[in-house]
Amino acid sequence: MIDARLALPRRGFTLDVALALPQTGVTALFGPSGCGKTTVLRALAGLERAAGRVALGAEVWQDDAAGRFVPTHERAIGYVIQEAALFPHLDVRRNLAYGLKRIAPGERRIALDQVVELLGITHLLERRPDTLSGGERQRVAIARALATSPKLLLMDEPLAALDAKRKAEVLPYLDRLHAELGLPIVYVSHAIDEVARLADHLVLMDAGRVTAAGPLAGMLARLDLPVAYGDDAGVVLDGVVGERDERWLLARLDVDGEACRLWARDQGLPVGRRVRLHVLARDVSLTRTPQTGTSIGNQLRGTIEAIADDEHPALALVRVRVGGAAVVARLTRRSAHTLELAVGMPVWAQVKTVALME
Amino acid sequence: MLSPAEWSAVRLTAELAGLTTVLLLLVGTPMAWWLARTSSPAKPVWAALVAMPLVLPPTVIGFYLLLLMGPQGPVGQLTQSLGLGRLPFTFAGLVVASVIYSLPFVVQPLQQAFEAVPERTLEAAATLRASPWDRFFSVAVPLARPGFVTASVLGFAHTVGEFGVVLMIGGNIPDKTRVLSVAIYDHVEATEFAQAHRLAAGMVVFALVVLVTLYVSNRPRREERPA
Repeated sequence: MIDARLALPRRGFTLDVALALPQTGVTALFGPSGCGKTTVLRALAGLERAAGRVALGAEVWQDDAAGRFVPTHERAIGYVIQEAALFPHLDVRRNLAYGLKRIAPGERRIALDQVVELLGITHLLERRPDTLSGGERQRVAIARALATSPKLLLMDEPLAALDAKRKAEVLPYLDRLHAELGLPIVYVSHAIDEVARLADHLVLMDAGRVTAAGPLAGMLARLDLPVAYGDDAGVVLDGVVGERDERWLLARLDVDGEACRLWARDQGLPVGRRVRLHVLARDVSLTRTPQTGTSIGNQLRGTIEAIADDEHPALALVRVRVGGAAVVARLTRRSAHTLELAVGMPVWAQVKTVALME
Repeated sequence: MLSPAEWSAVRLTAELAGLTTVLLLLVGTPMAWWLARTSSPAKPVWAALVAMPLVLPPTVIGFYLLLLMGPQGPVGQLTQSLGLGRLPFTFAGLVVASVIYSLPFVVQPLQQAFEAVPERTLEAAATLRASPWDRFFSVAVPLARPGFVTASVLGFAHTVGEFGVVLMIGGNIPDKTRVLSVAIYDHVEATEFAQAHRLAAGMVVFALVVLVTLYVSNRPRREERPA
């Protein structure tokens, strides 16, 4: 458990959070700019001196009650920020070696070769930082942080400075990181698509406070929070590739056996591979009867579990239970009224075919 | 070509400037680091004190140093009680005066160089297990390298070029305090223009070579690409 209780007056608000984050998987700190999420991350790293307590499992990094504050350089963390902050006077190899040679040989649990291979930077080792692209720099920065075999990886919007193409270049490496190293990651972001793709747990923050926290799928399916997610409100569905339709280049994602399966664009992933789908509420519509003559590829049979007002007064959000999973649909209130939608009613959720995410 | 007395002045000048530069780098580096990183309200006062020699006439500095280091001055009494004797009209006195006189020429380039070291790069070093001292020597100093070059060259050259403070503190004692600028003054006073020319022209060439070397060595090697 990562335990953090932090208080710090900031301009405009007071940061006041109590976090109990799982020590596995990726935890996303999500919220609008200036909500204090970066400050929380900096306090975990010891770069910011908030009042309170920070502990990673049994290791106490800060405990004001006991007068304890472990300085940043004595905390077993990896820290990656938006700007990469590589050392401009050192080539890539020396950047990677910088942290590595400052830890005791006994602490080296992650091999440098593995890190270099994992992030695909073998061909960059002799280059200087100012000759690298933004995406390459970010991968080197991540590798440099990992080379110190951290017990906790802190990432502050590592993709925010990259354009969509560079982002797509770095994202698969972040996926692998997660899958191959089993390292707890705290990931600060204001982009819900990154969060949906990478996170296992989600902490929502606003104006210095935690508004809600919990496992990602459950958090995204909650109807009382979508204001925070805005236009990109939606759920994630975790499943495995069940079948590939080579003719139409589609792949079937089995979320819950036959009760919940969807077709999506085939990304070339093999049958049996675990995948995740981000289904946006605006891509889901509801019907009372199964439809024919529609271009919508996926029709899921389910039951209405909850109905709530959306951010805009014309819109409503409807959560539909589909087997063991749930999807959220964004409808106009007029449609909800016309269809006489009510909790407990069986409906068909139509989902536009979307892309799979590894 | 130069007389033994003139060679002695050249040697003395080089020794004075070299020693002054080394001392200034030792004293000026922590001062510049503090000035570059502090958010203390006292910063403008300290920055102004460091910059004073830039605006004060050398005679003012020389005059007060003379009082301070003289037999009745606090520094003078201290050096006497330590058995070091008096500093005025000695080489040691010249070194002390030069350090104070050339201080801004070393501190200011270093301060600018340290201010240009991004905080996030130092923080990155901290998250990579580097202690504060380690961060200073492994990140700040290499990134501030052009500042160290500029500071050393300007500190050295400015000490070579000083006159007023030297004359007031050191006087004109051959082999002890008669540096080049004083030697030239002597020649001119004695209407030995040929000798004055040799030394003066040498100084002009020296200054030009030093400054050209400085500007060449600090030329940016490659345009930094924006992040």
